[in-house]
Amino acid sequence: MAYPYVSDHEVRVLSRYFGDPAQRRVDTYVERGGYSALKKAFELGPEKVIDEVKASGLRGRGGAGFPTGVKWSFMPKDSSKPHYLLCNADESEPGTFKDRELIRWDPHQLIEGCLIGAYAIGAKHVYIYCRGEFFEANSILARAVEDAYEKGYIGNDIMGSGIDLDLTVHQGAGAYICGEETGLMNSLEGRRGQPRVKPPFPAAVGAFGMPSTINNVETLAAVTHIVEHGGEWYRQFGTEKSPGTKLFCVSGHVNKPGNYELPLGFPLMQLIEDVCGGMREGNALKAVIPGGSSVPIINAEEAGRCTLDYEGCVDVGTMLGCASVIVMDETADIVKQVRRMVDFYAHESCGQCTPCREGSAWTAQILKRIEDGRGTEEDLDTLMEMTQQMVGTTICVLSDSVAAPVQSSIEKFRDEYLALIRRGERVGAA
Amino acid sequence: MPEMVTLTIDGHEVSVPKGTTILEAAKSIGTEVPHYCYHPGMSSPAMCRLCLVEVEGAPKPMPGCVTTVMDGQVVHTQSEQALKNRRGVLEFYLVNHPLDCPICDMSGECNLQDYVHAEGREHGRGREPKRIFGRDDFGGDVLFYGDRCVMCTRCVRFMSEVEQDHRLTVVERGNRSVIDTFYEEGLDGTYWHGNIVDICPVGALVSKEFLHKARAWDLTHTPSVCTGCAQGCNIDLHTRDNLVQRVKPRENLDVNAWWICDYGRHGYEWMNRGDRLEAPVMRSAGASQAMAWGDALRALLAKADGAGPVKAIASAKSSNEDLGALKRLVDALGGGDIVYRSARADDEVPLKGFPTLARRTDLTPNATGADLVGASRVGDDDATGGLDAVSGHDGIVIVLNDDLSDQGEDFGANASLFVYMGTHASAGATHADFVLPISTHAEGEGSFTNLERRVQRFAKAMDAPGMARPAWLVLGALAAETGGGDAPRSAADAFAALGRSVSAFAGITWEDVGTRGALLNESVSVTGD
Ligand SMILES: Cc1cc2nc3c(=O)[nH]c(=O)nc-3n(C[C@H](O)[C@H](O)[C@H](O)COP(=O)(O)O)c2cc1C
Ligand code: SF4
Ligand code: SF4
Ligand code: SF4
Repeated sequence: MAYPYVSDHEVRVLSRYFGDPAQRRVDTYVERGGYSALKKAFELGPEKVIDEVKASGLRGRGGAGFPTGVKWSFMPKDSSKPHYLLCNADESEPGTFKDRELIRWDPHQLIEGCLIGAYAIGAKHVYIYCRGEFFEANSILARAVEDAYEKGYIGNDIMGSGIDLDLTVHQGAGAYICGEETGLMNSLEGRRGQPRVKPPFPAAVGAFGMPSTINNVETLAAVTHIVEHGGEWYRQFGTEKSPGTKLFCVSGHVNKPGNYELPLGFPLMQLIEDVCGGMREGNALKAVIPGGSSVPIINAEEAGRCTLDYEGCVDVGTMLGCASVIVMDETADIVKQVRRMVDFYAHESCGQCTPCREGSAWTAQILKRIEDGRGTEEDLDTLMEMTQQMVGTTICVLSDSVAAPVQSSIEKFRDEYLALIRRGERVGAA
Repeated sequence: MPEMVTLTIDGHEVSVPKGTTILEAAKSIGTEVPHYCYHPGMSSPAMCRLCLVEVEGAPKPMPGCVTTVMDGQVVHTQSEQALKNRRGVLEFYLVNHPLDCPICDMSGECNLQDYVHAEGREHGRGREPKRIFGRDDFGGDVLFYGDRCVMCTRCVRFMSEVEQDHRLTVVERGNRSVIDTFYEEGLDGTYWHGNIVDICPVGALVSKEFLHKARAWDLTHTPSVCTGCAQGCNIDLHTRDNLVQRVKPRENLDVNAWWICDYGRHGYEWMNRGDRLEAPVMRSAGASQAMAWGDALRALLAKADGAGPVKAIASAKSSNEDLGALKRLVDALGGGDIVYRSARADDEVPLKGFPTLARRTDLTPNATGADLVGASRVGDDDATGGLDAVSGHDGIVIVLNDDLSDQGEDFGANASLFVYMGTHASAGATHADFVLPISTHAEGEGSFTNLERRVQRFAKAMDAPGMARPAWLVLGALAAETGGGDAPRSAADAFAALGRSVSAFAGITWEDVGTRGALLNESVSVTGD
């Protein structure tokens, strides 16, 4: 099975069956050992499941890297209110394409993780909020859910355990911001998809006003294996602080872009050179965005020092995010790339917070002007200063995501901005 | 006693009940934290990001409108960081704001103008073309100037949370977000939508009726009470050139909070009516003669002597002071019936989100006052009819502030003395021996008693025309001449005199009533349904 590209460096836990359509069938999944983790979870009981996930050190794969077991333990224990588990499958961050593949190739792995998570936090109902544009993934998932209901893995008295769990797939309608956890809840409830002010946090007041936990697709898929094999087993991969394997979505100017499952802590240059077959046409590396468009850009020198774990990325001034590695070679036009990212955020800002609503669109306008050769050096100061006003001043962090590429690119690639500005000044003078 | 929390705001120690927000705590010591989206009468979305303050130990600036106070918290609203945040947010607001203040109705009372003048950058850095939304007719009395909108969603939340009739929404997202109506009719058929114009912090929502009528700084604001119904909402009359230009609610949490209904808001035209009675007129032997007040009252008293029993028509639109003085005069003249007529609607128009407020079925401001002085209501719900016993009465007939619009020229033809006190001429006053011009409530001081038995004062917002005088002054003088005692020289005197003659009003002073009103003794509690 050569799912587009594979590499010897990979440790394929979650992606083991990528490329094998048979895995989508519930019978095959069960033959290969599926739904035994769920059974095991029922035997362990909710608290031990949470302990196991805590012991694994699993950190949320949706971007923020918050320890999953700890998040689950925030759920109230003695509440009579219904609890909900939400699975975030809205995957819309530019550069990210791992959740889609997890759903496409191994939907039951996700469903099983969802059911375990729901059981652990005392929820009776799981909602998988799946990005609407994922037509194929949505239909595969719908089919898998139907099969699992039919075979008694979802529904009443699951596998004779006396435990009832339901699962609903909800299709999003095309807004990036509905991937933000509380934006997702609003959207799920039929409200305008915009993030909520926190506190209250979802564990207290979440979906439908009830205690809720939200996890990324990859996080919940990993839970299936952690419960199956134990937290200690999971820790054999990755680093002390960033245990486990992670899907890396590599895009851009490498010879073999694609999804690669690697232990966390893997060196970035090795990913580019050994796993992805090096830079296309042997070009020089210019810049990398290691965690999806929301994290700061690093230059080639920083990339040389970067290991792909949460701490390693912070050490070189960026973040692992959702591990969507965007690689740019010497031919890349940084200003244009940044402007395109900011255009995206300006388009996707929900518009509640003034700094984000006005600032993202204004930033995009200024960048466009610079790109068109009508910028000035003062524009760079304005950009630095006003994007700083967008950091830490808003309801969610989309606003910060605008500042990250702008500030980091002006700091590290100022000469590219200046070249455009000077060329424009020369044209203007002629 | 609620649990108290003590914190420090800008170096001042302040104790407030647990659960108070930083913004409200700051307000309690007179520090206004700039804000747009927060309004005390609605939920707080914390989205404008203007009220971000610095809280020592917090990793980020905190929105004052939703962050509750904690013991020992140290808050800075004026620190460098707080000011920098506000300057930043204000600059963002100006990126697309048209700054068409010279033709904007909000100019002079606009929170964007005020905040930017106080704390904004001296020169904007925006060089990009501005976004253009244009205007939209929202229906009802509301015009929307999209380019001025600061996207605070107060208007949306008022309609959904307070009036609870979802007519407005935010469409699109990012800086393409714009307020819009759902259907063509927009706000038509809603009863409280005028409030969204008041709470819009900028000139994005304007009143069609007031559009380009006056500049904010040319208006004089006078505290008053709405005459639209028995609720007695607290209002300000905004006047210029001795005309009421508009009506705005005046905050009173016990009565109307921040709101008034559209019916009350637009019911002020009559105060500006011309064609007023301007001089006391005496008629005898078919001839009319204008005369000085002193002469007219002396002639009236001479004629009243021995003229027989009294029948009087009062008005539920008259003040407590006017009604009390009428009562004293009737008693001094030997006593008699007082009746009044008033309009009533079939149904209340409640404000769902503030259940003690409704446009009441009783469409007059002072039926309670009229009842308390012993007047009885007669006639139909459109304030007509019911005057047969008075119309042919052969003793003294006194008409106060009822324009007799449904009465013919033979009204009072048999009266031994017919006194008509009003603001306008009327066919029903054809046989009046004395036609005395009185001022409206907008033209003098006084008080009304609302349906909850709350006495509320109004102040003088405009000058009365010609020789028109407050009815209490005229009636008070006549009563003193006839029955003894001092004539009232002020509305306060007249109110005190009322307290001496009508027990329900005893024990409350003019000062007690103040600007917030005072409940009468043995009050009945009235709440919305
Ligand atoms: C603007 C924005 C968009 C986001 N989009 C996604 C998304 O598409 N998928 C996702 O899993 N998390 C997304 N997140 C992160 C979620 O808010 C949340 O942290 C995550 O789903 C939690 O799951 P985890 O703990 O398993 O990582 C987004 C966050 C922000 C601020
Ligand atoms: S930061 Fe932007 S996207 Fe996030 S809530 Fe505020 S306006 Fe919406
Ligand atoms: S129209 Fe006025 S009240 Fe409504 S959102 Fe805009 S600024 Fe706020
Ligand atoms: S409720 Fe009554 S008193 Fe209040 S504004 Fe409306 S008409 Fe006037």
